[in-house]
Amino acid sequence: MNSLFQRKYVVQGIFIVIALILLSRLFYIQVIDKSYFLSANNNVIRKVTIYPARGVIYDRKGRILVQNEPVYDLMVVPREVKPFDTLEFIKLINLDKKGFYQRFNKARSYSPYRASVFEKQLSAHTFASFQEKLTKFPGFYVQKRSVRRYPDTIASQFFGYINEVVESDIKRSGGYYKAGDYIGRTGVEKSYEELLRGQRGVENQMVDAFNRPKGHFADGAYDTLAVTGKKLISSLDRDLQRLGEKLMHNKIGSIVAIEPSTGEILAFVSSPGYDPNLMVGRDKGNNYMKLLRNPHKPLFIRPTMAEYPPGSIFKVVNALVAQQMGKINAETRFYCPGAYYYGRRGKMGCTHMHGSTSLIESIQYSCNTYYGYIYNRMVDHSGMRSVNGYRKWHDAVTRFGIGSKLGVDLPNERKGILPTAEFYTKHFKSDKWTSGYNISLSIGQGEIGMTPLQMANVVATVANRGFYYTPHLIRGIGEDHVVKPEYTKKNSAGVDARYYDPVIEGMSRAVNAPGGTAYPIAQVPGFEACGKTGTVQNPHGENHSVFFAFAPRNNPKIAVAVMVENAGYGATWSAPIASLIMEQYLTDTIKRPKYYTERLYNANLLPGAKPKPRPVQRPKVDSLPKVELKPVEQITPTLTTTND
Amino acid sequence: MINQRSLFFNVDWILILIYLCLCVIGWFNIHAAVYDPLYPGIMDMNTNYGKQLIFIISAVILGAIILLLDSKFFSTFSPVFYGITLLLLIAVLIVGRNVGGNQAWIPIGSFRLQPSEFAKFSTCLLLAHYISSTNLKMHEFKMIGTCVLILLIPTSLIMLQPDTGSALTFTALIFALYREGLSGYVLVIGTILIALFILALVINKFILIGIIICVTILVVMLSRESRKYIQPIAVSVVVSIAFIFCVNFAYQNILQSHQRNRIDVILGKLDDPRGQGYNLNQSKIAIGSGGLWGKGYLQGTQTKYDFVPEQSTDFIFCTVGEEWGFAGSLVVIALYLTMLLRIVNIAERQRSSFSRIYGYGVASILFFHFFINIGMTIGLVPVIGIPLPFLSYGGSSLWSFTILLFILLKLDSNRMGVI
Repeated sequence: MNSLFQRKYVVQGIFIVIALILLSRLFYIQVIDKSYFLSANNNVIRKVTIYPARGVIYDRKGRILVQNEPVYDLMVVPREVKPFDTLEFIKLINLDKKGFYQRFNKARSYSPYRASVFEKQLSAHTFASFQEKLTKFPGFYVQKRSVRRYPDTIASQFFGYINEVVESDIKRSGGYYKAGDYIGRTGVEKSYEELLRGQRGVENQMVDAFNRPKGHFADGAYDTLAVTGKKLISSLDRDLQRLGEKLMHNKIGSIVAIEPSTGEILAFVSSPGYDPNLMVGRDKGNNYMKLLRNPHKPLFIRPTMAEYPPGSIFKVVNALVAQQMGKINAETRFYCPGAYYYGRRGKMGCTHMHGSTSLIESIQYSCNTYYGYIYNRMVDHSGMRSVNGYRKWHDAVTRFGIGSKLGVDLPNERKGILPTAEFYTKHFKSDKWTSGYNISLSIGQGEIGMTPLQMANVVATVANRGFYYTPHLIRGIGEDHVVKPEYTKKNSAGVDARYYDPVIEGMSRAVNAPGGTAYPIAQVPGFEACGKTGTVQNPHGENHSVFFAFAPRNNPKIAVAVMVENAGYGATWSAPIASLIMEQYLTDTIKRPKYYTERLYNANLLPGAKPKPRPVQRPKVDSLPKVELKPVEQITPTLTTTND
Repeated sequence: MINQRSLFFNVDWILILIYLCLCVIGWFNIHAAVYDPLYPGIMDMNTNYGKQLIFIISAVILGAIILLLDSKFFSTFSPVFYGITLLLLIAVLIVGRNVGGNQAWIPIGSFRLQPSEFAKFSTCLLLAHYISSTNLKMHEFKMIGTCVLILLIPTSLIMLQPDTGSALTFTALIFALYREGLSGYVLVIGTILIALFILALVINKFILIGIIICVTILVVMLSRESRKYIQPIAVSVVVSIAFIFCVNFAYQNILQSHQRNRIDVILGKLDDPRGQGYNLNQSKIAIGSGGLWGKGYLQGTQTKYDFVPEQSTDFIFCTVGEEWGFAGSLVVIALYLTMLLRIVNIAERQRSSFSRIYGYGVASILFFHFFINIGMTIGLVPVIGIPLPFLSYGGSSLWSFTILLFILLKLDSNRMGVI
C-alpha cells in the first residue's frame, strides 16, 4: 500500500527473534541445566529424622530396670495462634504473664511458621488438665518425647547416663550423630550405645515456602521407619542390687557378686551411688555438677575403676600358685613365731603366734608368716634366679585376671596393678633382688592393686575350681537373648582343680569354724559359705575392710567380693555384708536377727573429711616390709570343720 | 441478517481461537498455582480459579458486544475514551486503594478496577485516531511532539501511582510509530542506548569510553566510506560518552533502590537469593525444574507450595514452566508468536490507516507484555510487575486485553467497509 509496508518484516522479525531468545533461554534452564531440579527438591523436601526409643534394660528376672517414659513438651506455632484466654492458659501451665509473653516472643522470633518448644516436659498432671482444653488454644499442641526413667533408683553407675553429643562425638562417629542427639556417656548406656540407640528413620517431608509441613514426599515411598533400640537383659538381680545398695548406704566401697558358672554379675554396687533419675530431665546439669563436686565421688565407678591392694584375700591366690608350682602341698607346714623373718634384719609381723601352721590353717587364721615362707620358696627357690622366679610367679598370678583388664562390658575398666620383674630391677637398680625386697606381695600388700571386680572374679574362679567366665553385666541382647561370644568362653586360671580343695577347706573354716577369721559373723544359715577376710593397710586413714566368699561350697551359686573403704577389719563390716548378699541371693530373703542387719544398715562409715582417691601406693618399696594387722580373735587350736 | 452473517464470517477466527486457548491455559495454570485442597474443584467460586472463570466468561461476552458495535464508534469516540481514562487515572490517585505500594486500584464493591489497564487500549485508539486524521508526516516535529504527548500524559499519571511496569508499556508503541514512518534510527539508537546503559553498569566507565574511542578510530581508519560521515560520528561518540557519565548518576539518583536491586540481580552484581533475588531465584527454580515434559498438572511442588510469590498473576509462567516443562512453554510461546504475527498481518491488510495503526499498537503492547513478563521469570530482564496477557489472574487485565484485541477484530471484520 505504501513504501513503509516493508517495515512489517522488521517488526515481525523482531518478534520472532525475541521469541527465539526466550525459547533458547528456556531450553537452557529447563533441559540443559539440571541444577534447578536439585534446588527445587532442596526447597521442598525436608529430611526429618525419626528418633527411635532407646532399648529397655531388664534385670535377670525380666523386671524393668530402665525404661522410656513419655514426657510432654508444649509446642507452639506462633503463626497459628489465635486470640485466646491467656489467663486460663497461664494458670493451667503455671506461668506468670511476663513469662508467657517472653516465651511467646522467643518462639515468634525463632520462626512464626515453625513449631518451637513453649514449655519443656510438662508433668503428667499438668498435661492431663491441659489436654482437655487444648482445643481452646489454637496454635499450641503437645509433643510426646521419651526420656530415660529408672523405676528403681538403683544401679546408677551400672547404667551410666546419656546426654547430648559434643563436637568430638560427632567427629568420632563419622557424622552419624548430629547436634542435639543423645549418646550414652558412661556405663552400659555407653558400652551398648550402638545397640541401645536403635536405628533412626527418615521421613521425607514436604514443606511449603513457609516451612509448613505438607505431607510425605512420594507418599512416603522413600521414608524409613525408626527401629527401636535392642532390649538388653542385664545379669543384675534387682532385689540383690537393692539390698547391696542398702547395705552400702553411708559407706564408701563396692560389692560385686558373680554367678561363677556363667560370669554374670549379679550385683554391682558402687557406693556412694545416686538416683539415676537425677541425670534425666531439666535439672540434669545442676545435678551433675553437684555429683561431680561430692567429695565421695559418686560418679566414680568403684567396682571397675578403683584399685586397692587386695590384702589377705590375696593369700588364696598365693596358696594356689604355690601348690601348682609344686612348692608346697596340702600337708606343708610352717612354724609361725608371730612374724616372718628374712634377710638380715627383715621381719614381717603376723597377728598372732600361730605356731605350726598347715595350709588350711593358714587360710583359716590368715597367717602372714606362712605366706612369707611360700612366697620365698616361689621366688627364691624356683631353681633359677629370683628375678626369673618372680617372673614365673607374676605370670601365674596374671592368669587369675590380675593386672590386666578382664573385659567387662563397661567403659573405663582399670587393669589393676601387678608390677613386672623389670619394674623391680629398675627400681632397685639391679636384678639381684630377692623375695625379701617385695615380701609384702605375699600377703597382698604393697605394689599390687586389684579392682573389686577382679577380687570377685578371683573368688568366682576359686568357686569354679580353676576357671572363670569373663564377668559381664548383660546376659542377653534383643529378643533372642544373644550373648556376646567372648562371655561364653572358659578362661583357665592355670591351677589344677585338686589344688583348690585345701584352699576351699581353709576358706570354709574361716567362715564356719571357730577361730576362723570370719567366724561366725559371715556364716550363711543353711549353706556352707567359704570366704577369706582381708584388711587393707591404708596409709591415708582407716584400713579398708575386704571380704570375698562364695556359697554354697559345692556347686556354688554366688561369689561375692565386698570392699568397704576406711572400715577397719575385713570381718567387721565386709564379711557380714557379703553374708547377707549370699543369703539374699540363695534364699530370696533375709532371716537374721534384727541387731545383725540394723547394725549394717545404719552404720555410717564415711570419713569425716575427703579421703584421697586411693588406689594403691605406687613403689615405695623401701618402706617394706609392711605389717598386716589381723582381727583380734582367739586362736583355737582345734581344727574342727563345721558341717552344714 | 446479511449484515449479521457477514460480521461473523469476516471475523478472524484464528485469532479468536488463539485467544481462547491462552485464556483456558491461563485458567488451568491459575488453578494449579493457587490450588487449595479445601476447594479442589476448578469451578469453585470461593477461589481465584473460580473467579477467573467468571472473568473469562465475562470477557468473552464483552468481546462479543464489541463485535456487535459499529466500527466507526471506536474511531469517533477515541478522544472520549482517552479522556475518561485520564479522569480515571487521576481519580485513582485520589480515591484509589494502595496495594503493595502501588495506588493502582479503584475499589468498586468487591471489585477492584485498574485504570492503567484501560489506558492501554484508549491510548492506542487515540494515537491511531490522531495519526490517521492528520496530514503531517512522521518526521515533522509537530507530529512527533503530539504523538509523544499522547503517550506521555497517561505514562506520567501511571508513574505517579507509581507503577513503572505499566508505564513502560507505552514505550512499546514505538513499533506503531516506526511503521508509520518514524525513522529507523530511533530503533537503532534506542537499542544502542540500552546496550550502553547495561555496559556502563557492568564495565568501568573509563574502560568503556576507551573501548568506544578505539573502535571509532579503527572504523574511521579502515573504512574510507565512513570518513564522509566524520561529523555525525564524532557527535555520536561525544553523546555516547556523555550518556555513559549520566548512566551512573541516573542509576544512583533517579531509580529507586528496589529497581536498582532488580537490575543488579539480573546483571549478576547482586547475589542475594534469599532477599532481593528471591523472586527471580525461585521463579527460575520452578521453571528450570520442569524439565522437558514438566511435572504434570497439579504436580509442581514449587507451584503447589507457594515458593514463587505472585504466582497466579505476574509469575504465572512459572506454573507453565514447572508443570508443563519446555514442551508446554514452547506451546505457549508459539501461541503468542502466532498471535503477534497474525495481528501484524491483519493490521497490514486494513484499508484504513486508523485500523492499521491501531493493529500495530495492539501488537506492540501485547509483545511488550509477552517479552518482559516471560523474560523476567527466566532472568533475561529485570523484574517488572506486568501481567502476562490472557494468562495472568485478574479481571482488569483480562478485560483490557480482551477489549484491545476485540476492537481490532471488529475493525478487521469491517475492513471492506469505509470508516
